[in-house]
Amino acid sequence: MPKDHGIGASSKRREDIRFLTGKGVYTDDLSLNGQTHAVFVRSEVAHGRIASIDTSAAAGMPGVLAVFTGEDFKDVGGNPAGWLINSRNGEPMREPKRPVLAHGKVRHVGDAYAAVVAETYAEAKNAAEQLASDSVIEELPAIVDMAAALADSTNRVHDEIPDNQCFDWGWIEDNRAAVDEAIKNAPHVTTLELVNNRLVPNAMEPRASIGEYFPGTGDYKLTTTSQNPHLTRLLIAAFVMGIPENKLTVVAPDVGGGFGSKIYHYGEEAVVLAAAKKLARPVRWTAERSESFLTDAHGRDHVTKIELACEKDGTFIAFRTETMANVGAYLSNFSTATPTFLHGTLMAGPYKVPNVYVNVKTVFTNTAPVDAYRGAGRPEATFSLERVIDKMCRELGLDPFEVRRKNLLTKDMFPYTTPVGLAYDTGDYHATLDKAMEMADLAGFEARRAASAAKGKLRGMGLSTWIEACGIAPSNLVGVLGSRVGLYDAATVRVNATGNISVMTGAHSHGQGHETVFAQIVAEKLGVDESSIEIVHGDTSKIPFGMGSYGSRSLAVCGSAMNRAVDKIIAKGKKIAAHMLEAAEEDITFENGSFSVAGTDKAKSFGEIAFSAYVPHNYPLETLEPGLEETAFYDPANFTYPAGAYICEVEVDPETGKVDILAFHCADDFGNIMNPMIVEGQVHGGVGQGIGQALCENTTYDGNGQLLSGSYMDYAMPRADDVPFYNVDYSCQTPCTHNPLGVKGCGEAGAIGSPPAVVNAVIDALHRGGHSHVTHIDMPVSPSRVWSAING
Amino acid sequence: MTKVTMTVNGKSVSAEVEGRTLLSTFLREGLRLTGTHVGCDTSQCGACVVHVDGKVVKSCTAFAADLDGARVTTIEGMANADGTLGTVQQAFQDHHGLQCGFCTPGMVMSAAALLSENPKPSADDIRHYLEGNICRCTGYHNIVKAVLAASGQDVSAVAAE
Amino acid sequence: MHNFDFVKPSTVAEAVSALTRDEAMALSGGQTLMPTMKQRLAAPSVLVSLTGIAEMQGLRLEGRDLVIGAATTHATVAAEAAKSFPALAALAGGVGDPAVRNRGTIGGSLANNDPAADYPAAVLGTGATVVTNAREIAADDFFQGLFSTALEEGEIITAVRFPVPERAGYAKFRQPASRFALTGVFVAKGAGGVRVAVTGAGEDGVFRWAEAEAALSRNFAADALDGLSLSADGLIGDLHGTPAYRANLVKVMAKRAVAAS
Repeated sequence: MPKDHGIGASSKRREDIRFLTGKGVYTDDLSLNGQTHAVFVRSEVAHGRIASIDTSAAAGMPGVLAVFTGEDFKDVGGNPAGWLINSRNGEPMREPKRPVLAHGKVRHVGDAYAAVVAETYAEAKNAAEQLASDSVIEELPAIVDMAAALADSTNRVHDEIPDNQCFDWGWIEDNRAAVDEAIKNAPHVTTLELVNNRLVPNAMEPRASIGEYFPGTGDYKLTTTSQNPHLTRLLIAAFVMGIPENKLTVVAPDVGGGFGSKIYHYGEEAVVLAAAKKLARPVRWTAERSESFLTDAHGRDHVTKIELACEKDGTFIAFRTETMANVGAYLSNFSTATPTFLHGTLMAGPYKVPNVYVNVKTVFTNTAPVDAYRGAGRPEATFSLERVIDKMCRELGLDPFEVRRKNLLTKDMFPYTTPVGLAYDTGDYHATLDKAMEMADLAGFEARRAASAAKGKLRGMGLSTWIEACGIAPSNLVGVLGSRVGLYDAATVRVNATGNISVMTGAHSHGQGHETVFAQIVAEKLGVDESSIEIVHGDTSKIPFGMGSYGSRSLAVCGSAMNRAVDKIIAKGKKIAAHMLEAAEEDITFENGSFSVAGTDKAKSFGEIAFSAYVPHNYPLETLEPGLEETAFYDPANFTYPAGAYICEVEVDPETGKVDILAFHCADDFGNIMNPMIVEGQVHGGVGQGIGQALCENTTYDGNGQLLSGSYMDYAMPRADDVPFYNVDYSCQTPCTHNPLGVKGCGEAGAIGSPPAVVNAVIDALHRGGHSHVTHIDMPVSPSRVWSAING
Repeated sequence: MTKVTMTVNGKSVSAEVEGRTLLSTFLREGLRLTGTHVGCDTSQCGACVVHVDGKVVKSCTAFAADLDGARVTTIEGMANADGTLGTVQQAFQDHHGLQCGFCTPGMVMSAAALLSENPKPSADDIRHYLEGNICRCTGYHNIVKAVLAASGQDVSAVAAE
Repeated sequence: MHNFDFVKPSTVAEAVSALTRDEAMALSGGQTLMPTMKQRLAAPSVLVSLTGIAEMQGLRLEGRDLVIGAATTHATVAAEAAKSFPALAALAGGVGDPAVRNRGTIGGSLANNDPAADYPAAVLGTGATVVTNAREIAADDFFQGLFSTALEEGEIITAVRFPVPERAGYAKFRQPASRFALTGVFVAKGAGGVRVAVTGAGEDGVFRWAEAEAALSRNFAADALDGLSLSADGLIGDLHGTPAYRANLVKVMAKRAVAAS
């Protein structure tokens, strides 16, 4: 029987009640007394010199309260890059200032160079239009293509960076010569050039921010759509606005999805705070979807050449990758980490491959900043590997399942350090491969293919065996790798006098279900009812300093912190129990919510201990403090390494090029499972986004840097009728060896493993259908691209 | 300004509105019914779907002034009289048909309308009917499953069970 | 969006009168016009809603013609034309999504003449007549290029008269983002002969494919189109497909429309 509560139960989500009844409170749902409205004036050109801005007419328009331009923020700090990368030659990366509002130049369509605050939204909008028409922006040639940007020393996104290159990174540089040599001498080398398409994360809730200022105390409050309110507070207070951290509260209330795009601090947040101070009134801003398309940090956007050297039997010898990664016009907070330490370090995949070398050049262009989006670097690594392996199998006439089986690390090889520096702690990659193959009914494929052929359709099957490094943390490790922040997390467990419990977490839930899962864990450990536990997140005035939610880290890192805080509660409870039961502390045991003296029937319930902690009438105060509240910070020893095998089955309509996904099988190893229902949901969502990347999502700028796919009219995301039911399995479990819950993280897996499975399936279908000249189609594998490939 | 009177979630409301006042704005700002969400400006995402005279309508693409006399139901009007979740709402919770919750109100309203038109829809019927509602979190699997379940159909055969 | 006066007349005459005001525009469902107004690409000072005019609502059979009031929603056409003109009902049932179909109207779609809209293909593909407050306009004269029609300033469509064909079919390949027609083809065989109208593909909007009409006139069967190919000249090329791809789709959709008829 599955459990019905506690760890491992599919507890229904408690947060659903408010979301299902319209009582969730997202930032834009707030309405504050005296609120005013900000509208941003955004560049219509990709690259231009700001010759003049005449604010006088706009400032005099009805309802207008304040006008800001880049000039108003030129003396405050820039929005910083959180990760320092050094080039192969040892030089640090180029870090141009990212101003709150563009100053001097605008560098991408949508780059805000002014803001208007007015009594109503419509008045602010009218004045913003006026201000735009009173501004002279001298258009400069747009830099859009990465290769051209690197080759052009006259046309510069940032005047001080002559070749538009942020850095030229090698990983691991010491491997380079050996990899070059191995590739030169290998019996077979497969080369694949590919594009990992630029994506817009598209959380359904647009970004929104409300700034408040309290003149009496000098306190600021920012309510904003953030995945990590403490990080946002740190960036704004310490780096951008120079206000004391303890005078700024950041609240991220209900947040409607993030997928990475809401990790970062954005200039709009600083502007609404500055405006709130100037006006001593709340200032609100909510992005229109078109603004989101232009200004939310985008994802992916790599151009890659990968080479796979192998024996004729498909045994891997070496991988060599050269990638150009687009960072857009400015460095977003983690945009330098994504193509490097979240990508290059994964380029050994789950395989035993002796040699790997990765070169990544990052390029500034006149496009929106690019940063981490669900998976962040790991989907790019996985796609390159799984596609080049598939291509190699076709070139050598080998079975793609057997080639994976031959090259996967075996379960007796852990812990295993890869040639690109990660230490995989545990796994059983053959188990997930076997499971996926069983789920996909390989034996029945030929009959299914024949049935499709009878309808004039081409059927194919694609495989991807993937691994990722997540639970984004160890401060020790990321510090060595260039991170400027620590990546621990924190939780406070407060047992109230009446026995109910408040748990304050540094992690932030914006769809992941923390309020339910975290309560399950605490309930199990303390032997109390889940309903007596409240999970509090998203408000820096309530929670300890944690680093928020991204990189599939909430459970592995913050969950572990919470676990440790609960352990401290139990330890403190034992002290209290020892005092109350007049026993030695070491004789107290805690089980099923009861503290008892070993070998006796003397016991105190959890509730009695809690009450006593706050009514300490006879405590030995020198040795026993009142209260029952503990905080723990947790910083793990390593990343976690979820892995799995995905198999996709597609049908291609050769007349139109349309791809239908008929089946998608996922066999994942996430370590221990806290709530199976939620794990399944995370995989479904990740696979849905991966299918989106593979089949339809495409962010396209034209040669002038205009965004052609700037709305849902042109940016295609999967709808309900574009995807199948997914077949999800997580029964292969090798628990993480270094966190107390044994969990690995499941949020990004689907988006990492699925794109190559889809594309491999499409190529397979075309080959089986006689179109063997098609060796690769870049994502999105849209109908027109498939049709063109068939008829090319 | 135009005077409009509507019945919203069973209550009669009257207000003076500007011509440009969208139904979504009227609900969110005028009546403070903020369960109806706005996720785009091109009438594509469906987060704002409500019922007008029993039919699904994108409230961001209807003027309040055009709906004088209409009967409007929003997500706030979908619970049972005793405050418990209605059938569709309960199915969404039971089958994890939501994650961040932002698209959820529109999803629930569309699903409820589908079931009133077609009490026993197939999975394909559901997917087709929901094509005007974008969800970025769930990959739709559990939404479709929830709607099947809300219609009283057995979902035990749905993949991943 | 900019503000405007909202008026909701109950007769065609009142609507025509209201539309004589400065910068007045008609609103008939608004599923396209409202997003355009949000972008401030349209900014009428008076908006005249046509949805309250009883005489512009509903479907009726007049002899062999199906007459549809211009303010009839797509959902109503989908439901009520199912018996009398199933191909048209299917087309209407495939416009946008359910919420769009509950507000959008046939008259609004035709007056807007989006190059990727569905209804223009049905109107041109059947040789229907567009009835306005002032006159009747043949389909072949009505569509005049992208977002452009024969309607005069202040003239409103009140109804569309479709000669119900003996056989008709519509097949559409959807643009993956907007769900509009990347290419849609309406074929009909009726008293006036065979007509084939293509939407979504032409740079000048909906157009007739004469070669296909000739071929189908000889043999109204999908394989009658096998030997044909449409030139890509004048077809739309964009993010979602090249002109050559659309030319292919025209043929494929034409065959599927015939097969569905």
